Amino acid sequence: MIFVTTGTQEPFDRLVAFIDQWSQTIDEELIVQATVKEYQPKYIKLTPFIEPEDFNTYFSIARFIIGHAGMGTIISSLVASKVLIVVPRLVAKGEHRNEHQLATARKMNELNYVRVAFTIEELSLLLNKLLTQEAIQPLCKLQPFAENTLISSLRTDLNLN
Amino acid sequence: MAVASIGGHWIQLLRLRPVFEGQDVVFVSTKASFASMVSNCKFYTIPDGSRKNPINLLLSFKVLFKILRQEKPEAILSTGAAPGLLALLCGKILGKKTIWVDSVANVEKLSMSGILASKFATHVYTQWPDLAQGTIKYAGSVLAKEQKQ
Repeated sequence: MIFVTTGTQEPFDRLVAFIDQWSQTIDEELIVQATVKEYQPKYIKLTPFIEPEDFNTYFSIARFIIGHAGMGTIISSLVASKVLIVVPRLVAKGEHRNEHQLATARKMNELNYVRVAFTIEELSLLLNKLLTQEAIQPLCKLQPFAENTLISSLRTDLNLN
Repeated sequence: MAVASIGGHWIQLLRLRPVFEGQDVVFVSTKASFASMVSNCKFYTIPDGSRKNPINLLLSFKVLFKILRQEKPEAILSTGAAPGLLALLCGKILGKKTIWVDSVANVEKLSMSGILASKFATHVYTQWPDLAQGTIKYAGSVLAKEQKQ
């Protein structure tokens, strides 16, 4: 199974349109959490919101995950040691209120946290490459909690140390 | 009291849970079903809102005030977004310690809420070293990579 997740804040037609067409070229189940503004999917079913428990289940059973460059998606995949490809939402295409997903994606790419497709063409190429590989490995794994330095500093602020 | 909206903000807040070890902590978010993710703690739901939706923000403010008066926390920590900023503002009005941890998604500049928080909050953190400036502190991020064997 391949899990596609785009957060709950805004529609993401560009990604949904691609996934809809791409679904016809693969022989694998797809679960797609997304909303659309105009595009009407022909082949896939969209789920607007997935409750945390189901979300975790899909995350753990998915072979890999395709998502927007939201921090929730990125952190969840890293914690679960899942392969994730992110496609940043673009303000120019009306997909977000500000361009922070592009900046986040660039940084995640530079620091080698997750795979990034900056365009749909790049996503298509990356997927073709991944689907021919037998074992796909995540680029890095996160500890279960934040860095100790941050936790310790916050505890000092709260007079808990 | 720990406050965050759904999505990345909430997930980052959960990664800070060791901060609250040994303390009674009340969690507040914008989605009722998230209570299941902090099942051993008290949980409140507040209306979501953004600059685009000021009516909900007002509602949120009212509910937050009520929660604060009831729970009387010593401090309020938020990882965003707008409802979290409001929680800090309510806390400030009631004379509480307030802490803002700007989302790790803000890699080039502090979020608008973060900039506003820096005007009044007791402590403000960025999660990127190059954004630390003046009173805005950096002490690490929620993205702790596991050390390679």
